[in-house]
Amino acid sequence: MDFKDYYETLGVQKDVSQGEIKRAYKKLARKYHPDVSKEADAEIRFKAVGEAYQVLKDPEKRAAYDQLGSNYQAGQDFNPPPNWDAGFEFNGGDATGGADYSEFFESIFGQGFGSAQGGHQQRSYNTRGEDHHAKVLIDLEDAYLGATRSVTLQSPEIDSSGHVVNKQRTLNVKIPIGVKQGQHIRLNGQGSPGMGSAAAGDLYLIIEFKSHSIYRVDGKDIYLDLPLAPWEAALGASVKVPTPAGAVDMKIAADTPSGRKLRLKGRGIPSKDPGDLYVITQITVPPADSDAAKKLYQKMQAELAYNPRSKLGV
Amino acid sequence: MNQKILNGILLDEKTELTLVDLCCACSSAEEWIVELVEEGALEPFNLHSIGKQHTQWLFSVDSLQKVRTAKRLQRDLNINLAGIALALNLLEQIETLETKLRCLEIS
Repeated sequence: MDFKDYYETLGVQKDVSQGEIKRAYKKLARKYHPDVSKEADAEIRFKAVGEAYQVLKDPEKRAAYDQLGSNYQAGQDFNPPPNWDAGFEFNGGDATGGADYSEFFESIFGQGFGSAQGGHQQRSYNTRGEDHHAKVLIDLEDAYLGATRSVTLQSPEIDSSGHVVNKQRTLNVKIPIGVKQGQHIRLNGQGSPGMGSAAAGDLYLIIEFKSHSIYRVDGKDIYLDLPLAPWEAALGASVKVPTPAGAVDMKIAADTPSGRKLRLKGRGIPSKDPGDLYVITQITVPPADSDAAKKLYQKMQAELAYNPRSKLGV
Repeated sequence: MNQKILNGILLDEKTELTLVDLCCACSSAEEWIVELVEEGALEPFNLHSIGKQHTQWLFSVDSLQKVRTAKRLQRDLNINLAGIALALNLLEQIETLETKLRCLEIS
């Protein structure tokens, strides 16, 4: 187990005041809150910051941690010495039961630390089970063709000895054609079991598209950059355009400029009222990497008298 | 392993959730959701025709995410209702702008 430097996590010196610790924590908590931050590791950072604050905000825990930590550095292998906590009096009182802390935290402040997990009460009346939420990542193509995705869920449960254990279960779920980013699929009865004779809760799956190498998604509409050769753009052409449901032919009008937005009606995400697929033209320049290519460019230069900057007045 | 394939119900734009549905789905108290509506953080479709008769309010599915985000913001950052309403509004704007940006981006 690695030693965790909680001061480093909060980005403060070891001798700062309690007030400063609170300020540092608040700032970082806002920055890394998973609902606010777009950073990939926001949730991990947010938890780490929360754990560090849990220890450092409490003068007793902080003193114990300081004594323990004086010989360690972040990342160093750590084993709490026996009876290290002799002489400290902890009164716990953390109302954050259920938060998952690191192994390091549990080894020091876990058991016998007075942070009583609030003794799980067994209620005798009938209550409907809790609803659960989980994210499911799908490919854009799944929304066009439908798919079956397996979803692995971890839910904390209380085992027979009263400990919280993470139980894993895997569900195979049908992804219906026409789902969109952020939509929910409700699986009735797949949430927590109900108490007594009450019904189980539901499971809500939130659909999220994996980012795609060529398509971009906006609601039910899809965007695609379509490279064109200069002669296709100038003379007009019929070109193959990929769509998530397979390639289609598209007419390009003569004198089509770069950046023109062309619509393939109804080729967006399918449904009764399907989305559209927007093609953004992108004229690419063939390299002048041979004598023949150079000659062609020189011929155009000599014969076309084209000034691409005429609108700039030069 | 469980090989059964589960068929869920897709909640689309036309799905309407009652106040009770929303409370259940987000494990929130009714009063708290009423407060979110009063703060303007959340708006039932039919707020204007129904007014304060909570039991008849109908919410769109994106309210689910909003209520859950609101709950986490309150729990984790201790933000009050006005702050939550502002944060939700700004988060929505950022989301819209980022989607627009992604679509305009030329790779």
